[in-house]
Amino acid sequence: MPSLAGLFFWMNIKLDNIKKLEVTKPLKLDCGKTVKDFPLAYETYGKLNDNKDNAILVFHALTGDQFVTGTNPITNKEGWWVTAVGPGRAIDTNKYFVVCANVIGGCMGSLGPKDINPVTKKPYGLDFPVITIKDMVKAQESLLEHLGIKKLLCATGGSMGGMQLLQFCATFPDKAFSAVPIACSSSHSAQNIALNELARQAIMADPIWDNGKYVLKNVQPKNGLAVARMVGHISYLSEKGMQEKFGRKLQEKANYEFSFNADFQVESYLRHQGYAFVERFDANSVLYITRAMDYFDLSKQFKGGLVEAFKNQKTKFLIISFSSDWLYTTKDNKDIVIALNASGADVSYSEIITDKGHDSFLLDEPEFLKTLKGFIDSMYEKFKNEKRI
Amino acid sequence: MKNLKMKKEFKVIADLLPNNTRVLDIGCGDGSLMHLLRIEKNIEVRGLELNQDNVKECIYKGLPVIQGNAETELHQFPDKSFDYVVLSQTLQAFYEPEKVLKNLLRIGKSVIISIPNFGYWKVRTKLLLFGEMPVTKTLPNTWYNTPNLHMCTIKDLFNFCDKKNIIIKKVVGVNENKTSLIRKSNLEIKNLFSKVGIFLIS
Repeated sequence: MPSLAGLFFWMNIKLDNIKKLEVTKPLKLDCGKTVKDFPLAYETYGKLNDNKDNAILVFHALTGDQFVTGTNPITNKEGWWVTAVGPGRAIDTNKYFVVCANVIGGCMGSLGPKDINPVTKKPYGLDFPVITIKDMVKAQESLLEHLGIKKLLCATGGSMGGMQLLQFCATFPDKAFSAVPIACSSSHSAQNIALNELARQAIMADPIWDNGKYVLKNVQPKNGLAVARMVGHISYLSEKGMQEKFGRKLQEKANYEFSFNADFQVESYLRHQGYAFVERFDANSVLYITRAMDYFDLSKQFKGGLVEAFKNQKTKFLIISFSSDWLYTTKDNKDIVIALNASGADVSYSEIITDKGHDSFLLDEPEFLKTLKGFIDSMYEKFKNEKRI
Repeated sequence: MKNLKMKKEFKVIADLLPNNTRVLDIGCGDGSLMHLLRIEKNIEVRGLELNQDNVKECIYKGLPVIQGNAETELHQFPDKSFDYVVLSQTLQAFYEPEKVLKNLLRIGKSVIISIPNFGYWKVRTKLLLFGEMPVTKTLPNTWYNTPNLHMCTIKDLFNFCDKKNIIIKKVVGVNENKTSLIRKSNLEIKNLFSKVGIFLIS
């Protein structure tokens, strides 16, 4: 196994070979600072047609990236949404042009805390400005311009991707013909913030983290980062789903070892998920992105609350929630539906009954995928007709 | 229940609705009525439906639909946010039809309700002559599996509106393919010969 420093070096070389847009337009961040001339890494799938009416923008979640489907060239693993996006899938790349950008604050090529600070000529670390969901979304607008897309057929995303999408629709009410926010919320609840804080504290408790300065030494606080990931993984499953998947099953052994090794399968699963994560993700990025999620409160941005946020909304919405999701509950999602309804927007809503928890949107969940496909295909027919008229 | 419903009923409801209005269809089923209203009357439709397969069906057709229970989730629609609210053959299936009705009148400037008429002569004879709970085309379920908790007749609903000061603008009786206007003067006879009653109230 290569050393972690070696791994990062190798990853950085690979990151030089991915699609990047140099955003020259200054971006004024919510924190007051301005960034300009920064990279926005992205990937596209399928072809933009001549009418430019088949573009779908995907927003990724906390630990996602721009490599939605196919093989991620950096990790050599499958894209994070192969279940939904690809040739013949719900979001059919034979038919649609799918675009996804890595969020700023991330670590897959877009401006983030491990990049070089032009002032100090050293990696940012905690000198990186605190970003918000709105900053992420504003940064991605330039990409649409760059690709020549005036209006998206659809924009979609789950979890933090859904939050970006709600922000996108509120900030740019005429950029998307339709939108599918999935398993998300219009603001982070106390429980959401608490879980994120747990993840952050795990990272910050790792001595290697060293106030974020580990980036200067080419190391990674992998123990803390792995624990942070484990917290996440617990919150992505439902109680029932976890019980069914693992129960009290032991990991390749007949009896307890009377030790603190991973006796139980669920322990082994969490350890595996945790340590697989440190190979592809930057600890400071987790801090910055979870912070952005915690600060997200769409109703706070608009006087008069959420209804005001969706005023004059022309976008046609489909909100999808999963019955066993306790991270972004059906109620969280329904509150968005209620606000959209109150603002007079065109909104559909479906709750998918499943035991698979928040993770459902990433899994092969047939009812969900059929609903997603049905909506996007019907929107495409409408969008084509509207453009013709 | 929805798919057994007569097409004629939808036609009557469509005729009651002016073009280019905003209509909320409660218990919209697979979206057949919404589709008809959108195509023929350029009506801006919205649906509320409990059944997930029906919701999926509406979404496939590009019809905006919210999955939810009309009994508990009507509060999400603001006052007078629709020109018309349509409730087709569902009133009798609610635990608290009076409360639902009140909500419909709050959400819509006008409300269209259709009911399977328990006063229809075949229904009456079944109970009177055979002493059995009636099973007919419009009421296809037996007593132990019917979703209908509060059956009523056209006359009952007529009197109810009167009592609650709900304005009855129009009542149409439907029997097979014939429709007729129902007024106070012909209420008794129409209550006997209509399978379905359609009320426009506000």
